Amino acid sequence: MPRQIGDVILEVHDLHTHIFTRWGVVKAVDGVSFYLRQGETLGIVGESGCGKTMTALSLLRLVPRPGGRIVQGKIMLEGENLLGKSDNEMRHIRGRRISMILQDPQTSLNPVFSIGNQLIEGIRIHHHQEGYQSLVRRAIDALKQVRVAAPERRVQDYPHQMSGGMKQRVVGAISISCEPRVIIADEPTTSLDVTIQAQYLRLLREIQEDTGLSLIFITHDFGIVAKMCDRVMVMYAGRVVESGPVREIFNKPSHPYTQALLSSVPKLEERPERLYSIQGQPPALWDVPPGCRFASRCAYADDRCQQAYPPSFTVGEGHIADCWRLEDSWKNQ
Amino acid sequence: MEKSVILRVDHLKKHFAVTKGLLIMKVIGWVKAVDDISFSIRQGETLALVGESGCGKTTTAKVILRLEKPTAGQVFIDGKDVHTLEGNDLREYRTMVQAVFQDPWSSLCPRMRVREIVAEPLVINRRPSRPEVDARVEEMLAAVGLRSQQANLYPHEFSGGQRQRIAMASALISDPKVIVLDEPVSALDVSIRAQIMNLLVDLQQQFQVSYLLIAHHLATTRYMAHEVAVMYLGKIVERAETEELYKNPLHPYTKALFSAALPSHPDINHEEIILAGEVPSPINPPAGCHFHPRCPFAMRQCSEVEPEFKEIAPNHLVACHLY
Repeated sequence: MPRQIGDVILEVHDLHTHIFTRWGVVKAVDGVSFYLRQGETLGIVGESGCGKTMTALSLLRLVPRPGGRIVQGKIMLEGENLLGKSDNEMRHIRGRRISMILQDPQTSLNPVFSIGNQLIEGIRIHHHQEGYQSLVRRAIDALKQVRVAAPERRVQDYPHQMSGGMKQRVVGAISISCEPRVIIADEPTTSLDVTIQAQYLRLLREIQEDTGLSLIFITHDFGIVAKMCDRVMVMYAGRVVESGPVREIFNKPSHPYTQALLSSVPKLEERPERLYSIQGQPPALWDVPPGCRFASRCAYADDRCQQAYPPSFTVGEGHIADCWRLEDSWKNQ
Repeated sequence: MEKSVILRVDHLKKHFAVTKGLLIMKVIGWVKAVDDISFSIRQGETLALVGESGCGKTTTAKVILRLEKPTAGQVFIDGKDVHTLEGNDLREYRTMVQAVFQDPWSSLCPRMRVREIVAEPLVINRRPSRPEVDARVEEMLAAVGLRSQQANLYPHEFSGGQRQRIAMASALISDPKVIVLDEPVSALDVSIRAQIMNLLVDLQQQFQVSYLLIAHHLATTRYMAHEVAVMYLGKIVERAETEELYKNPLHPYTKALFSAALPSHPDINHEEIILAGEVPSPINPPAGCHFHPRCPFAMRQCSEVEPEFKEIAPNHLVACHLY
C-alpha cells in the first residue's frame, strides 16, 4: 500500500462526555483516550449505546445541547486543544480541519435545497471572500473527487433525484470539500447495499491515498474493520476495553468482550457447528457498576472484577487491554 | 429419508402497474417485482432469498403471506393453492404460515401485553378457551427462553433481542408449517445476533418448521440456510444447496456479491469484483439477461437472449449464458 502513516495528528486524553437528564447522569463517554496518526485509519467498534457516536460528536464539539456536556478531558488536534475554543473558532475548524460523514444520507441531506447549494454552504464559511462562481467550481471539484458522473449537471439536482449510493457520495463530497485533515465516518455504509458498500469503501480508500487524510471509522461490523482499518479500538459501556493494530486484535484478542464478539460473528468462509453467543445485555449507562462493566456477561469474571475497574495492560506492540486476567499473565512473566 | 415439500412456489409473477394521471389513469409501464420464479422448501429446512434492495425478496414473501395477489403462477402450501383458499381452509392456512419481521421495535403493538401478542394468532384462528391459551402461551415463552411472569409486561419493557423472542413465540404458537423471517437479526446488536440465530436454529429443530429467510448478509445466511436462492431484479439467477453455493458460486452476480462481502480477518483478501453502477430501474429492466449492463463477463448474446435457468450440477441451477 502506498499510503504513508505520519505523526500523531489528533490526541484525545481522558475524555468524559456526560448527558444530564431528569433521571440522572448518563455517562456516555467515560474516560476515553486515543490517538490518530496522519494518513491512518482508526476503527471504533462497539454496540449501540457504547458511546462511539458520542465520542465522535465530542471531537467535533457537537454534543447535543442542552443535556450533553464534555465534563473533562483534552482533545488535541494538531497541537491545539479543541475544548478551549469558542463556538466561532470551532465553526472554522469543523469542515476545514476535522469533519464528519453521517450515517444516513436520506436524513442528513436537506430535501429542499439543491446539492450544490448544500455543498456551498460549507465551503462558503472557509472561502467567504470568493465569488459565487468560484464556490460553484469548488463544489463541482468536490463531486468529481467522489466520482460523481457529470458533476456540472449534478450540482443542480435535488437529493430525491439521486439513489442512496449517490447521496452517500454527496455527503462524502460535503465532508471533503474543505480538505480536512481528519474525517470521522459514522457507520457510513449501513444503509447501503453490499455491492454499493464495496464501491463506497474503495472510494474512501482512494481519497485517503490521494489526500493523505486520517480516517476514524465508527462501526459495529468487524468486517469493515478487517477491510479498512490500521488500528482498532473496542468500546464497551462508555470505555475503551481494548485497542491495538488490526492484526494484533484479530489474531490475539485479549479482552473477553473482544474475544466473545469476534467469535460470535458468523463467517462467510466457514460454517461453525454452533455460534458462540454472549449472554445478557450491556449495563445501563446511568447506573454502571463500579467494577469491570463487562463482568456481568463475562465467563471469567470473579470478585476482583466486580469490585474495581481493571487497569490497562500492554499485551503487545501498541496493543492494550483492560482486564484483570491479564495481570496474572503479567506476573508470571 | 427425503423430507416432504411444504412450500412450493411455481412460476410466480407479481407485476405492479405504473400509472400516470389523477382522474384519467393511464398505465405507462410495469414494475416486474417478481418475474417467474420457482422454488420449494422441505419440512424443517430453510431456504434463503438473498439479494439487494429492490430485487423482489420482500414482494415474494408478501405473495406467500397472501398480502399481495400474484399476477401469474401459484403458491402451494401442503399441496393447496394458497390464493384460492376460502372459509375453513383459509383459517387453517393462517395458522400454518406466520412471519417475523426485521424491526421488533415497530412490529409489536405497544399497547398489548406480551400474553396478548403471543396468543393472538391462536385466539383469532382457533377460538380456544382461556386456560388453553394461558397454557400454550407459557409453553411458547419457555421455548423462546422467556419467563412466564414476563407475559404480563408490555413490549417497551424488553430489549431488542427479547422482543424478537416474543415475535418468535407469537409466530410459533399456532403450530405453523412455514415461518417467513424477514431480516430477523439485522436490526439487532452484534452481541445479540448470535443468541437469536442460535435460537432460530434450535426452534426449527424442535418444532420441525420450515423457514423462508430473507436476508442480505451472506455470512448469516450461511449459518442459517440449507438452500440459497440469489435474486436480481425479480428473477432467481442462481439456486443451490448452501455449502455448494458458498464453495462454488457460478453466476457473475453471485460472485460479485461474495467479493463485496466483508472479510472476517484482515489477512483474507476476497478477489475484488467491484460492480459498476447500481441496480437498474425495474420499470424498464435491461433486455436479455437483466444483469448484463453491470456484468464483467457480458457477451453479445447476453443483451439479446434471456438466459435459461439450467441445472449445471445436481441441485445447482444457474441462469447465465456462460454455462
